[in-house]
Order: sequence, then C-alpha cells, then structure tokens
Amino acid sequence: MIEKNLVIIGGGPAGLAAAKSAYDNGERDILILERENVLGGILNQCIHNGFGLHTFKEELTGPEYAKRYIDEVIKRGIEYKLETTVLKVSNEKVVTAVNEYDGLMKIQAKAVIFACGCRERPRGGINVAGSRCAGIFSAGTAQKLINIDGYMPGKEVVILGSGDIGLIMARRMTFEGAKVKAVVELMPFSSGLNRNIVQCVKDFDIPLLFSHTVVDIKGEGRVSSVVIAEVDSKLQPIMSTAQEIPCDTLLLSIGLIPQNELAVGAQVSVSPITNGAVVDENMMTSVDGIFECGNVLHVHDLVDFVSKESEDAGKSAAEYIKSGKVVRDYVQVVGMDGVRYVVPQRISKTCALDKLQLKMRVGNVHKNVRLVVMAGDEEIYSKKKQIVTPGEMETVILNREQIEKVIKGEQMIVALKGE
Amino acid sequence: MRKVLIIGAGIVGCSVARELSRYGAEITVLEKFNDVSCGTTKANSGIVHAGFDAKPNTKKAKFNLLGNAMFDKLAKELDFPFKRNGALVLCFSEEDLPNLYDLYQRGVANGVEELQTLTGDQVREIEPHVSKEVVAALWAKTSGIVSPYEMAIAYAENAAANGVKFLFEKKVTKIAKKGKIWQVETQDGAVYEADMVINCAGVHADDLNNMVSDKKIEIIPRKGEYMLYDKTCGYLAQRTIFQMPSKMGKGILVAPTTHGNLITGPTANDVDSKDDINTSFDGLKEVWEKSLFSVPSLNKKYVITQFSGTRAHSTSGDFIIGMSDKRGFYNVAGIESPGLTSAPAIAVYVAEDVAHILALDRKTDFIATRKGIPHFATMSDTERQKLIAKNPLYGKVVCRCEVVTEGEIVDSINRPVGAKDVDGVKRRTRAGMGKCQSGFCMESVMEILARELGIPFEDVLKSQGGKIVIGKAKNGKVEG
Repeated sequence: MIEKNLVIIGGGPAGLAAAKSAYDNGERDILILERENVLGGILNQCIHNGFGLHTFKEELTGPEYAKRYIDEVIKRGIEYKLETTVLKVSNEKVVTAVNEYDGLMKIQAKAVIFACGCRERPRGGINVAGSRCAGIFSAGTAQKLINIDGYMPGKEVVILGSGDIGLIMARRMTFEGAKVKAVVELMPFSSGLNRNIVQCVKDFDIPLLFSHTVVDIKGEGRVSSVVIAEVDSKLQPIMSTAQEIPCDTLLLSIGLIPQNELAVGAQVSVSPITNGAVVDENMMTSVDGIFECGNVLHVHDLVDFVSKESEDAGKSAAEYIKSGKVVRDYVQVVGMDGVRYVVPQRISKTCALDKLQLKMRVGNVHKNVRLVVMAGDEEIYSKKKQIVTPGEMETVILNREQIEKVIKGEQMIVALKGE
Repeated sequence: MRKVLIIGAGIVGCSVARELSRYGAEITVLEKFNDVSCGTTKANSGIVHAGFDAKPNTKKAKFNLLGNAMFDKLAKELDFPFKRNGALVLCFSEEDLPNLYDLYQRGVANGVEELQTLTGDQVREIEPHVSKEVVAALWAKTSGIVSPYEMAIAYAENAAANGVKFLFEKKVTKIAKKGKIWQVETQDGAVYEADMVINCAGVHADDLNNMVSDKKIEIIPRKGEYMLYDKTCGYLAQRTIFQMPSKMGKGILVAPTTHGNLITGPTANDVDSKDDINTSFDGLKEVWEKSLFSVPSLNKKYVITQFSGTRAHSTSGDFIIGMSDKRGFYNVAGIESPGLTSAPAIAVYVAEDVAHILALDRKTDFIATRKGIPHFATMSDTERQKLIAKNPLYGKVVCRCEVVTEGEIVDSINRPVGAKDVDGVKRRTRAGMGKCQSGFCMESVMEILARELGIPFEDVLKSQGGKIVIGKAKNGKVEG
C-alpha cells in the first residue's frame, strides 16, 4: 500500500487547480491521477478561444488555459501519473488505480479530491428512435475526432441540442467545410451561453430551431437523413410538422452528466438534481476527507468558475489534512421558486469564511425577477435580474455579516421572486 | 471429405457449425454480414425460457425443454455469460387467473419442472419492485438469462477451433444443384460447392428455401423493440418478469441482463422489411408504457440505449427443421422464440441428423471447450495483477464505464473469428456498452482496430457499411 496525503482524481482544469491550491496552502504530498496521456482534460480538445476572461483577464484557447495550470503544477513539482485509471475509491479513502507501468496500485490517502469531470448524455438517454448506424456522435466525441485526431466525422450535419459543445461544434464543422443544416433544440430556449448562440450559430446563418426535436434517424450503415418535428407545450412531438433533412451526421449535445460512479462507490451522497456530490462550503462531501470540485460536482458554464471552485477545494483539503477537523452541524441550503439547485447544499455552522459564493441554476427562463436569499424568515440578499436562464449559472456572494445570519439558523433559502 | 455449407452465422448457424464440427467434414459458414451474430441474435431478450409457453407436442416445446437443460454445462464449456435467475409471469386481474393456471398446466404438460404459482404478496416479497396491481404470478425457477451474442461468438470460436471456416460478406444470391453437388453463389460471384447445404438464414431462410424447394415457406419479420437501462437499475428485477402472454407474443418483459443492466421490451409488430431494425417512436413508447405496469418505479433517465431486432416468425407456427424436398438442402428455419433457448438442442439434433445422412465419422480430436476473453472488470485484484504482469496492455483501461482494457480489445480482434469493427469489439468486450455509450472510448477503439487490422483510421467501421469518419480534416484551418 502506497501512502499519500492527498490524491486528486483527474488532471483536467479542476484537478490541476485543486493541486496548485493545495500546494500553496502547505500540502506537499500530492498525487494527481489522470486517465489520458496528457494533463489538461477536456480543455485539450477545446481549441476555440474564450477561456480565461475571468481568471487571466485575457482570451485564451482551451489548450492555452490548460497549459497555464499545467506549468504551475510542474513548477511546484507536484507528482502525477498519466494513463492511469482509478478503479475504486473506498469509504476509508483507499484508492485503487491501474496503469501499464505500475500495474495495480492501492493508495491510502488522507484526503481525496474527485475532479473527474462529466460525460455527455448519450442518444439512449432521450429515446431518439431510428437507425443505429454510423454517423451519430455526441458533440464532444466529434470535437475530439476533428481537433485531436484530425478527421472529419461528416459533411452534412444536423445538431440536436443547443448546449455549448453543440453550438461550438456547429461553428467548428462549418470552419472545416461541413454544412450544418440545423441546430434543433427541444426547449423553447437554449441551454448554452448567449455568446455561443451569437458567435457560433447566428453569425453563420445556421438555422436554430427551438421547440423541435429529432423523431427519426434514417440510414443503413451510415446516416442518410434525420426527421425533425416541432414539439407541443408538453414537449411531445407534433408528427404533422415532421420534415426530413438529408444529412450524413447527427451530433448530440443533449446534456452533461457528472461522473460520480467512483464517488458513489465511496458512499458519497449524490444530489439527484446536480448528479454531483452534496457538499459544504469547503467542497467536502458527506464522507470526511473526500472533496469534489469542477464538473463532477455540477456542470459549469466557464472553466474559470471551475478553477475558482477547485482552488477552494484544494485549500480545504490541505487544511483538512493538517487539522483533521470535521463538521457535523450544518445549515441546509434550499433552492425553490424556480431555483433548481444551489451549490453548496449545506453550510457548516462553524463557517469562518469572510465571503461565501453560492452557485445556482434556474429551471426555466424568467424575466424581471429578484434573486433572493433568506436566512430563516429574513431576506438577507436580493438582486434584480432582467433575465435568468437555465443556460447561465447564477452566483451570489454573501459577506461575513450575511454569513453570520445564515449560520445562526437551520435553513437558508435561495429563490426567485417577482419584482 | 464431405463438404457442408451452413448459410447464416447467427445463433443457429454457429451452434450447428460447432456441433457438426464434432464430425469429420469440411464445414464452411457463409454469412452476409461481416461478423457473426449480426442479425436477430444480437437483438433479442436473451432469455433462456423455462418452456411453459410453447404449445405441447410442438418442436418449440420439445427443443425448448431440451435446450434449457443444456445451458449450465454449455455455458461452462464455452465460457459465455449465463444465469439461471428464474422467471415470473405476472397476472394483473382476478379474471386472468384461469389463464395463469392454464399456463401452469401447459408447463406441466411440457415437462417443465419447478413451476409454482404465487399470490401478489408472495411476488412482491421476492421482487419488491413489482407493481401492487399484480394479483398472482407463475414462477418458473428454471428460466435463465444469457448474453445471446456472446453465446453465438463462443460457439463460432469453438467451431473455428475445430476446423470450421467462416466466410463473411457472403450474401447468397443463387443456389443450384449439379448432379449430386450443390452450388451456392454469393454476391461477389464466388461459387461454393457442397454435399449438403444447411439453411440457417434466420429472417431470410424462406428466401433461400424458396430458391430451391417446391414446398414454399414464409418467414414474417416480427420486430421487437427494447430499452436498456444502466447498471444502477439492475436491482429492480432479480428475475425475468413477464406479463401474461397475448396473441402477439410474450408481452413486455422487465429483466436483468447477465451483465447487470436492466432490459425492457420487446414489442411484437410484423414489419414489411426483414432488414428493418430501426426503433420507432411508437414502439419505444409502447415498451415504456407497458413496462411500467410491471415495475412502476422505472425511470427513463437511466435508459442508455434502445434497439430492435426482427424475429423469424414462420407462418407454420412451429420451427421448420429437417431435409427439404430437395435432397441435400436442409432447413433450420423459423427459429423464433424460444429459438435462442432451443438452439443448443436443435444444433445437436441437426448435427446428428446430417452426420447420419452423410455418413460422417465422429472425430476423436474434437475440442469441447473454449475460453473467452479475460474479463478485467470482474476479476479480483490479484488476478488483475497477474494478468498485467503477463501483458501490460491489461493495465490500460480504454472503456472507463465498463472498465475494459486494451488487452481485452486486442484479444477480441486477434482471436479466431475476431472483431472487425467497433460494434464487433463492443459485443466481445463490452467496450462502449456503459453509461457514455462509447462517447469517450470509440476513438481509442478505432485506433486499436486500425493498428491491429493494419488499416487506415478512416476505414474503421462502426458496423458493416458504416464508416465513422469521412476522411482527414482540412489542414491549416483553425477557427478564431
């Protein structure tokens, strides 16, 4: 059995930022385990720009953003293993991992940070009927084929779902000479960032069809067409509106799901709403010494937010290793009246932070509302919002005075209210 | 040496090939797809039926019972996933109780052992997720589950080890007899000669029979659609849960799979095209709605894929097994449910019959066992360590969801009757069968296939006729 103070699972943006921050907060015995043959995670295939506006105040590509953090990790001499897959994490923080050169390893850690990101929802998850031929890709898989391997998945494309990767791939496929015939979105709004709708779809005159879905996929061997139809208010397709679009490729950008199989195996409680762990303000899960950050905790819009959250997790893990302090008394954080979830889901009554950032998503588009935070019956925070959408994460920062009010109670509510 | 041609490499063709390879003959299997198990065999419920459902004194009843009893030994010999998990037939109303009792009686008449009826409460005691609406059930303890494509692959590999030749992409276009010799022509113009032709062509068996026989048969493709749930739902059913059968088949079942997923389906709709294996909006809706009758707590969000297959429904109502009116042309046709269960027994029967007709000798060097690909995901850590020490590629996990290593994938490609495309690797190793449905590993699997097969990356197929990429991306064009 190998012993390590801190094992970080995942060497993408979350794991790198957590490692850097744990180091800077005094922890030296750190090991990052990364599945791929390079550090950087999914950023490596995101060759478009727009990363780092918050963190570095400049526009970087994905690989450039990753490199900044990789350099920091290497500069600090933090140990990492590539092409290493974690098979299991126990409740006692024993990490079982495997690779070609070390074989099977068992590592006893004092603290573990899950930073293993999310996966794309597959076709099966939304019951799209039709052929199961070649030419149907999740958008991220297509992105990897083009940007990492240099191969074109197809030349006439329909994209189902207007998540950010789908929008970015609409532009990317267009740049590579493919014809993107439509981006089809089930909801009456996009789940992607507004800037991506404008820069990736509208600027290229790609039709973006809201309240539509794919009802059939045709093709033998390879996709030859897809049939799309409008949906009614209950999201059921109206078959009389069906139209067939000839194409050889269908990209799916229908949602991201945090990968919490390992965390569940370690008996970490997972929220059915975020599909990520239930955490406190230190990013600690329901298991002492196990932390989560980044897209494995909840899906973020911007990598900058991932880095920030992960730095908090790294710092907390370093402090936990030093003090071994655990919390048992929590204030529950509840999202309601349109607020789908809030992270963290609980705040320790001994919380000593000067500032506490709450991250949340709404379930629907709302206009002219107030985002309010209630500590017991008292409204301690309120902010006017012209528009809130499920595609854009909202944040609230509470100051010390507000935190004091929160930790005296049992429950904190975050809700939308009319003006 | 006598020559035998088997047409079709589904479960029937593969099992017949293996059983016949016990005898001294030159056996060749002609398959229109590029792999075994690409038709009905890869898309069915994977149930080893107890045998209470078939009409007494039919071939279906006989071979079902015989086949069912063979599975424990066979699964060990050929190393494929099988579990005798038992089955329940749910009865939802007091009015239907006489039908349930009829079913019980039919089972007894067919010789099915360990049948018993349960009250609704007794059902929920052993299957707590079954609906409160259920008033009674028939419990058949001898029912089982099997991975049908892995079973066919195991049969094929063992047949190959015993000298059977498998030829792929050989769609039969013409069958003629010259003197005593049969001549079978395939789409590529090649002609194969044989003393005996065994027709195991599944939904297309009537096309072949009707090319040569005066006694026409008709096979109607009956489509069945399915939904497959991820392994977190496996706990919802320990046993195979049927609903009371109707005229159109056995209704919608909810069952665990041998790998711990949960499967629901099938529909039963006669379709025009034998090759129509597309799922449909209405079909999936039917599967979903009907499955809720049995297990109301099913949650669609855990569905990872849907698929459909066509059963070879013979208008005669029973299996068609035996020599046709043209000597030397042997039919194994209309092998619909309980065809998978019956296949091992049918294969033994057909092999003995054919060996008798052709006066074949039993071989003394027949290899009865086949070892499957080592399954890293289910090994102990000690076994894993040993395997990696022998071959480091077993330390490289390619499919993260199902924990499939590069060692397994390489093995699946290089063994006899190996995988040739991404779906072939998937059926043999489970790479791509997990929650992300190959989103993460497809590209790695493609790279391994290209390397092992010595073909360019862009020529790697998903399945027959389906290229995954269309070529290299244009150089020098980056967005920004």
